[in-house]
Amino acid sequence: MHELTVTESLLEIALRHAEKAKAQRITALNLVIGQMASIVDESIQFYWTIIANETIAREAQLNFRRIQTEFTCQACKTVYNPLDDSFLCPHCQSENVRLSAGDEFFLESIEIES
Amino acid sequence: MPERVKVVENILSANDRLATVINQQLKAHRVFSINLMASPGAGKTSLIEQTIRILSTKMRIGMINGDIATSLDADRAAAAGAIAVQINTGGECHLDAVMLQQGLQSIDLANLDLLLVENVGNLVCPASFDLGTHKNVLIASTPEGDDKPYKYPGMYRGVDALVINKIDLMPYLNFDMNRFCQGVEILNPGVITFKVSCRSGEGVNTWTDWLLANVADYKKQF
Repeated sequence: MHELTVTESLLEIALRHAEKAKAQRITALNLVIGQMASIVDESIQFYWTIIANETIAREAQLNFRRIQTEFTCQACKTVYNPLDDSFLCPHCQSENVRLSAGDEFFLESIEIES
Repeated sequence: MPERVKVVENILSANDRLATVINQQLKAHRVFSINLMASPGAGKTSLIEQTIRILSTKMRIGMINGDIATSLDADRAAAAGAIAVQINTGGECHLDAVMLQQGLQSIDLANLDLLLVENVGNLVCPASFDLGTHKNVLIASTPEGDDKPYKYPGMYRGVDALVINKIDLMPYLNFDMNRFCQGVEILNPGVITFKVSCRSGEGVNTWTDWLLANVADYKKQF
């Protein structure tokens, strides 16, 4: 995707919340990323080592919690991960299904030392 | 001991904040705007040309085009009768709120009713960047294949309207409209869909009627 933009935005959010909490150091960032968001963890980690270098987040660990795409069938309530070529409920073949996870894209929390 | 601070903030929140500023800027000038997204070659510029031809007698239309290089698309929109501005993204694969705001500096919003923003041809990145426009529209086209909602769910999920272009080519393709629409409906229940051919003009009026109604609705608040 556009990992540099994402990394810059992450740093801005983390530093803003750390300042509010009067942190001396940011030790970790906990990210929640759904499967639908096409970003590459290693690439963000790489940019982080460059752009966070002069900040209190320099040594922060980036923790990625990946969430698989998941649908819930409205007819039989089956919760499932879709196949590559079909979203239909594998149990009852219903097309009355809704996405219930997989589009997450947020910074859940940071860990700090103050 | 490290302490955990709860954040829960969208990772692209800086972009989202600027998108809100753009939305207010558009509102201050009473301009309704559309973000048009699609893969390269789906017919973004063709739909824009048709839209301008049909609607330019009824309203003042501007177009901002994001492209990696060249001004070919903006030239086509200008030829069709719009005030067109080109943003060359210099290699970026999508428009973001910063680029759109820069583009807006070259267009006089006071002279517009409708602003069409043509995003960079791409089915991945544009979906993540809110531009502050009023409606996000995706143009799909039949030669791309009926598997696209399954391969690019993030894009199909986030849009307010879907235009399916090049329906005149269906007799020559293995495009299964039911399979395509089933994927769309699951990802984005009830999304309004227009089946059109920009080449023959078929169905284009249903799209421009929708646009016209949206502009009229938007103007009612003033």
